[in-house]
Amino acid sequence: MFSKGTKRKFSDGDEEISAESLVGARVASSYSLQRQSLLDMSLIKLQLCHMLVEPNLCRSVLIANTVRQIQEEMTHDGSWHMVTEAFCNPGQSPSERLVATEVLCRSREQDAEPKLFSVISYEGCREEEVVADETLCSVSVSDTVSDVCLAGRMGQCWEKSELSGVERDEEALEDSSLGSGEDEEIDTEDEASTKSPKTTGQVFGTFEIKNGSPGPDSALEELFSDVDTSYYDLDTMLTGMQSAPKMGPYDLLDSLAPSHSSPTIVSTPKCRSDLNELDHIMEIIVGS
Amino acid sequence: MAGAGGGGNDVQWCFSQVKGAIDDDVAEADIISTVEFNHSGELLATGDKGGRVVIFQQETENKSQSQFRSEYNVYSTFQSHEPEFDYLKSLEIEEKINKIRWLPQKNAAQFLLSTNDKTIKLWKISERDKRPEGYNLKEEDGRYRDAATITTLRVPVFRPMDLMVEASPRRVFANAHTYHINSISVNSDNETYLSADDLRINLWHLEITDRSFNIVDIKPANMEELTEVITAAEFHPHQCNTFVYSSSKGTIRLCDMRASALCDKHSKLFEEPEDPSNRSFFSEIISSISDVKFSHNGRYMMTRDYLSVKIWDLNMENRPVETYQVHEYLRSKLCSLYENDCIFDKFECCWNGNDSVVMTGSYNNFFRMLDRSQRRDVTLEASRESCKPRQVLKPRRVCAGGKRKKDEISVDSLDFNKKILHTAWHPQENIIAVATTNNLYIFQEKVN
Repeated sequence: MFSKGTKRKFSDGDEEISAESLVGARVASSYSLQRQSLLDMSLIKLQLCHMLVEPNLCRSVLIANTVRQIQEEMTHDGSWHMVTEAFCNPGQSPSERLVATEVLCRSREQDAEPKLFSVISYEGCREEEVVADETLCSVSVSDTVSDVCLAGRMGQCWEKSELSGVERDEEALEDSSLGSGEDEEIDTEDEASTKSPKTTGQVFGTFEIKNGSPGPDSALEELFSDVDTSYYDLDTMLTGMQSAPKMGPYDLLDSLAPSHSSPTIVSTPKCRSDLNELDHIMEIIVGS
Repeated sequence: MAGAGGGGNDVQWCFSQVKGAIDDDVAEADIISTVEFNHSGELLATGDKGGRVVIFQQETENKSQSQFRSEYNVYSTFQSHEPEFDYLKSLEIEEKINKIRWLPQKNAAQFLLSTNDKTIKLWKISERDKRPEGYNLKEEDGRYRDAATITTLRVPVFRPMDLMVEASPRRVFANAHTYHINSISVNSDNETYLSADDLRINLWHLEITDRSFNIVDIKPANMEELTEVITAAEFHPHQCNTFVYSSSKGTIRLCDMRASALCDKHSKLFEEPEDPSNRSFFSEIISSISDVKFSHNGRYMMTRDYLSVKIWDLNMENRPVETYQVHEYLRSKLCSLYENDCIFDKFECCWNGNDSVVMTGSYNNFFRMLDRSQRRDVTLEASRESCKPRQVLKPRRVCAGGKRKKDEISVDSLDFNKKILHTAWHPQENIIAVATTNNLYIFQEKVN
C-alpha cells in the first residue's frame, strides 16, 4: 500500500479529462495523505509505548525508525518544512529537526531502561522537530498528564495532579512550588542537552497557562517544600507510570505512609498532619 | 516410521494430542510463551505467561509395538518465575517465561534453563520413587520419638513409593540484564551459556551466578542514536567458540569468542541486499529477524522474518541459499497489520532432526512445513475441528485475491488473533509440538 513510487490504479474512469496530470496529482496527494496518516499512526503508537507496563524496545525502535524514514522523505519532498513551520524556530534547518536526535529519550540513570519517549511529549515539543500537527501535540499535553498523574506517584506528579484538580475546580489549590519545580526541570533539561532553551519555555509556558496561575497554599507549600523534585524528572513522570492502572487514588495516600520511597516527605512531621488535607484534596480531584 | 524425519510432504501428519483448556475463554496466564523438546525428545517443556513450566513425558511402554502411539503426559508442573517489582524504576517485571532450554542429560536428573525478562533460573527435575522407612528416632509422620522409649537400634530401609517428580531451582542468574532477555543458548561445552537482551549478550558459567561476562554490547553512547536491537542469539551446536545474533534490521552477525573478549566486531555479517521493487515504509519492520536457529549439523542457520524463512550457508554471507515465503499474501496488508500491531509478532522456526524440513507458524492457527529437499511446502492447521485421534491433517490454502476456490480461505477471513508463534520438532522422530494461544497440539507422522 505504501510502496514508494508505485502508481495506484485510477479506477474512476469518468474523470480522465486532463488524463495524466490529474491522475498524477491525485496519486501524489493520496500518497501523501497515506504517508501522513502513517506518520500520525506511528506517533500515536510511540506515545502509547511508554504508557504500557513494559515498553518493548524492539517495537519502539522499529516505529521510531519508520517515523524517521517518513520524515526524511517528507523533508526531501519539502512537505515537512510546511508542517513544522508553524511551531518551528525559523532559524533551524530541516536536518536539525529530524527525529533522529529526539525520538529515543535519554536514559534516566546510567543504565536505566530507556523509555521510548513520545515524540509529542515535552521532549518532543521542546525540540519542535517531530510534532506532526498541533492537535496531536496539545492532546498529549493535557490528556497524558491528567490521566497519568491521578494515579501516579508522588512528588512532581502529585503536584501536577494538584494542578489538574485546580483546572477543574478553580480552587486555590495550586502549588506554587510547581513553578519552581518546573524551573528546576528546565535547568536540568538544558544542562543535559544543547538545544535552545526558549522553546522549552514555550512548552512549559503553554502548560502553565492551561492550568492557571498558581497561587500560594500554605499547607501544601509546606508539605512540598522539602520535596526534591529534581528526582522526579519528566522521564519518571511520563514513563514510569507502569503501576498507574493498579493504584487507586487512596493508594497514593497509603504510599505517603512510612513504607514508601520519598524519605523527604516521610521525615517531615508536618506532612502527617496534612494527610487529612490531602485526603480532602484527593476527594475533590477524584470527585468521589 | 520412527526415522530421522523424512520429507515433509511424504509425511502425512495426524493429530495426536491437545493440551490445555478447551473453552475459548483464555486466561492470560495460560498463554503459552515457549515450547522445547529435550535432547532425547522424551520430555517436552512449555512455559506460559503466568511463569509456570509444564513438562510432558513421552510414554515408552508401547514402543515395541508396530503401531505405537507414544503419548505425552504431564510429568511435572512448577512455578518458575514470579512477578516482581523493580522499585528503582517503578516497573513490573513480568513472570512470563520467554525461553526454555534443556541441558544435555548427564545423570538421572534433568536440567533446564528458564528465563523471563530479567532472570534466568537453572532447574533440576528429579524423580523419587523410593523413600526411607523405619527411622530409629522418628515416627512415621516425622515427629521425634521420646528418647526414653527408644530401646533398640534400627536402620531405615528404602521402600518403593509412588513416583514423585520434583523440580528445584539450583541456580538463579539475576541482575545482569538491563533490557529484556529474548534468548538463552547452552554452549556445546556444556559448561557455559549465553543470554541476550535487546542490547547486550552475556556469557555465564552454569555454576557461577554472581558473575557474567559481557560479550556483545551494541548500546550506543547516546541512546538517541539507537536504531537497531538484538532480537535473537544462539551458540553453534558444535563449535563452542562460535555464536550468532540477529538484529531488528535483518542482519545476522557471527562472532568468534577466540578473537577478543568483547565480540562487538563480528567475524561474519550475513545480510541480503534489499529488493528495491518491494521497498516500502514497512521494509525495515518486516526484515526484522524474530528467530535464528542453527541446523543440527551446524552448516546452516535459519532466520525468520515477518514474511519469510531464509536458510543461510555459514560460508556465504551475501545472501541466503534458500528463501521460503511463509505468507506472502500478507504483503498487501502490511498497513493494517502495522495498525493492529501484528506486524511486530515474533514467529519462531525449527528444524527437523535431519535438517531436511523446517517449520514455522502463521496466523489463523496455520503452520507451515517447508521441505528443503523436495522444494515443496504445505500449510496445516491446528484446530479443534481436526481433533479426532489419528485424524490426518488436510492441507490448507489461502486465497490472496480474486476468485476463492472451494476449501480455500480468503486473506480477509484470517483470524489474526490466532497466531502460532512457538513450534518444536522432536530431535529424532516426526513428532511436532505446536502452540496456539493457550493450547499445545502434538502431531505425529501417520503410521500405516
